[in-house]
Amino acid sequence: MMESVVEIFNTGAKYIIPLLLAGIPCYGILRKVKVYEVFVEGAKDGFDIAMRIIPYLVAILVAIGMFRASGALDMFISAVSPVLDLIGFPSENLLLALMRPLSGGGSFGLLSDLVKEYGADSLFAKIGATMFGSTETTFYVLAVYFGSVGIKRVRHALIAGLIADTVGVLSSVYICRFLFEK
Amino acid sequence: MLNYIWFGMILISVVVGSATGKIDAVTKAAINSAELAVELAIGLIGIMALWLGIMRIADKSGLVDIIAWLVQPITLTLFPEIPPEHPAIGSIVLNMAANVLGLGNAATPLGLKAMQELQELNPDKDTATNSMCTFLAINTSSVQLILPATVVALMGVSASQIFLPTIFATSMSTIAGIIAVKTLQNLKPFKREEN
Repeated sequence: MMESVVEIFNTGAKYIIPLLLAGIPCYGILRKVKVYEVFVEGAKDGFDIAMRIIPYLVAILVAIGMFRASGALDMFISAVSPVLDLIGFPSENLLLALMRPLSGGGSFGLLSDLVKEYGADSLFAKIGATMFGSTETTFYVLAVYFGSVGIKRVRHALIAGLIADTVGVLSSVYICRFLFEK
Repeated sequence: MLNYIWFGMILISVVVGSATGKIDAVTKAAINSAELAVELAIGLIGIMALWLGIMRIADKSGLVDIIAWLVQPITLTLFPEIPPEHPAIGSIVLNMAANVLGLGNAATPLGLKAMQELQELNPDKDTATNSMCTFLAINTSSVQLILPATVVALMGVSASQIFLPTIFATSMSTIAGIIAVKTLQNLKPFKREEN
């Protein structure tokens, strides 16, 4: 039963990207959008985003690269894993989970490090990408949104945001382990 | 906070590296990682351009409006304090729809507009209202059907496998966020004085 769920999922997953690549322009054509020109115009942003993330990637990849090379990362992982193993949480994903609510650029850097170190097809990278996609930079969003209208007392917003992040992070771990762990 | 974490990682690396005799490896890692960061970012440009181009078509063809129409009824039940005809509802709905499609750049201005309109309904301008906290809980838990271009680019072909788990995890976190705000808003430490 469990195996067939995973199998159906894997077959379906193959079609998601092709479906979006064909389906969205298809809807655009129906709505009389000049799909080619609009595509090219949107695609230009790819370069800007890459340029914008470079400083964050340099900062984070250098820090995590040094941290790993010195042996400190291994010490950190062996220190936290007895506790994390109890709840089935991979220690390799802990830094990303902690960084995610603080910094979008920083957590993207840590995700890049997981992809570089273990490969995009690894369980750690998949858990990391799911965490990254399913939660937000809570502290930043609260600061920008409340700051824009001058709210000083945020009441329960921060705690609720962090509860949501925690649930998102744990759900990412368990769903990915269910689907991808061999 | 971030300043201390970043500085801490570098300082610990140098100290631990010196103690374990791996200081050469630490230096090499710093140099190589800096170089790799740029290579990596350049390597992402192609897939990001592809993804952002497709998503721009989604944006221009008004896919946001369809999502907005779908989330409208949910919004009315989540924000009982806002009068149904108030413009804040419209901004919140559009912000959520843009977030669902992963259109971050479109979502933020709409979200800030929603905050301004919510602030008009606020009797105490320094303190967040229940509606504001609910709105931000939904925003920080990131309701998302379409992955961000950066993640698609980084994961490459494996990205296809991440869509459904992400939708699952983000739904869980949004539900948890909503339950949390609705429960906490009436508890003593968080309750507004005039209520």
